Amino acid sequence: MNDLPAPPSPSLVVIGVSAGGFDALRRLLGGLPADFPLPVLIVQHLRAGSVALAETLQRFCAIRLKEADEGEPLAPATVYFAPADYHLLVERDSTLALSVDPPVRYARPAVDVLFESAADAFGPGVVGVVLTGANDDGSRGLRRIKAAGGTAIVQDPADAEAAQMPASALAAGAVDHVLPLADIAALLCTLAGCAAPQGSVP
Amino acid sequence: MNPQQLEELEFRLLLEGVFEVYGYDFRDYAEASLRRRIRHWLAERRYPSLSAAQGEILRDRAVFTSFLQGLTVNVSEMFRDPRFFRALREQIVPFLRTWPFVRIWVAGCAGGEEAYSLAILLHEEGLLRRCRIYATDINEAILDRARNGIFALRDMQTYTRNYQLAGGSGEFADYYQARYDHALMLPALRDNILFSPHNLAADAEFGEMHLVLCRNVLIYFNPDLKERALRLFDTALTAGGFLCLGMKETLEFRSLAASYTEMVKGLRIYRKEYPD
Ligand SMILES: C[S@@+](CC[C@H](N)C(=O)[O-])C[C@H]1O[C@@H](n2cnc3c(N)ncnc32)[C@H](O)[C@@H]1O
Repeated sequence: MNDLPAPPSPSLVVIGVSAGGFDALRRLLGGLPADFPLPVLIVQHLRAGSVALAETLQRFCAIRLKEADEGEPLAPATVYFAPADYHLLVERDSTLALSVDPPVRYARPAVDVLFESAADAFGPGVVGVVLTGANDDGSRGLRRIKAAGGTAIVQDPADAEAAQMPASALAAGAVDHVLPLADIAALLCTLAGCAAPQGSVP
Repeated sequence: MNPQQLEELEFRLLLEGVFEVYGYDFRDYAEASLRRRIRHWLAERRYPSLSAAQGEILRDRAVFTSFLQGLTVNVSEMFRDPRFFRALREQIVPFLRTWPFVRIWVAGCAGGEEAYSLAILLHEEGLLRRCRIYATDINEAILDRARNGIFALRDMQTYTRNYQLAGGSGEFADYYQARYDHALMLPALRDNILFSPHNLAADAEFGEMHLVLCRNVLIYFNPDLKERALRLFDTALTAGGFLCLGMKETLEFRSLAASYTEMVKGLRIYRKEYPD
């Protein structure tokens, strides 16, 4: 038998989102089951001092949401948000790291910082998702994820509240999937090898 | 070996070399952000690869100095996290008053932003003359800047707002003189501050401290180096003294946790307990 080796199964999902992010995240995360088998890391651009997203979004979601703590080990079925004013990175030993390095093109947290650290640490095991936003953060990081053998997903710009961030990610390099927000949760479930919950979030 | 493993190897070899040649130990820093800063420095200096830079870093002290600047993150603010400084003023200063002389260590002081903030706060509480602030950092170039007390004028707006939110009782503008595009802190604020080089990864502690601030430094260390730094602080602190960490740093899960109490929930102000 000359069976192909099993395709590498993903180890984590990283998501970048900016303007229009609250609604997009509510719908996307609301579509993930409580036992989604992977950790999910999110950078959303926030004004410093704005309220913790994890708490506000939790009531729309089955999966557990929390703000990332420094040094925390990654766990499946958990969504980690970058705290306001800190970059979020992931280490090779599967722990989370924070930094107060300068903003990257005005953003701290920056999507590129998270994505690049994920590509370094997990290579082909990374699923990167760029959602709505009005800047070009995430484009370089998504390219790095692709280059390291990971999977790149971009929200269809026509479907995004702010098209620039997804459009810029598409212009920056090849991606694997371009699709409307409503279909992304189901795709993540397929990639992660779990069943999507029944019924969709409006 | 794939290109990524090769790069990994280059990083390790360079950090070993830097330690051997210059005695600066970055081997126990958190990897992901260190790697990012090294790449950034390489790109800025237009080196094609780490190996291409290595010879120059190890042979040419000027190149190493620039590399060191690239590696350390000197981002800071006066009265950063105003809620923390307010708590310090309202809840910790009353304890500091009970000591005849107060020794304070600001570890990882960057450009002196926290040290000057403390001097202002202690001055307004009438305590500055009884205090000595030891402000240390690994980066000597940034310490020179701190000693000069010169800051960018454009940052003063943020600092003023922070100062007010932190419960400042005067006018922030009274503490500096504006000159062209910079602000010069009043030299008198510096009388009780001693800026000196100190490396948390290599050097011994300073004795008999009542208050230690080490904020947004431990996030750059791996767990072993964090432990080392925390042990230094623990040895330096007198019983009943205070340890302050950054807003996203905690003693939770650290070996020190058992002998410290968090004084103000969520603001990372810990008190070292008296022995039973
Ligand atoms: C992000 S700044 C924090 C500045 C300030 N404490 C604050 O919170 O705003 C980190 C500082 O730690 C210093 N640092 C890094 N490694 C160090 C070490 N091993 N020993 C002492 N200082 C170190 C850096 O040079 C830098 O100035």
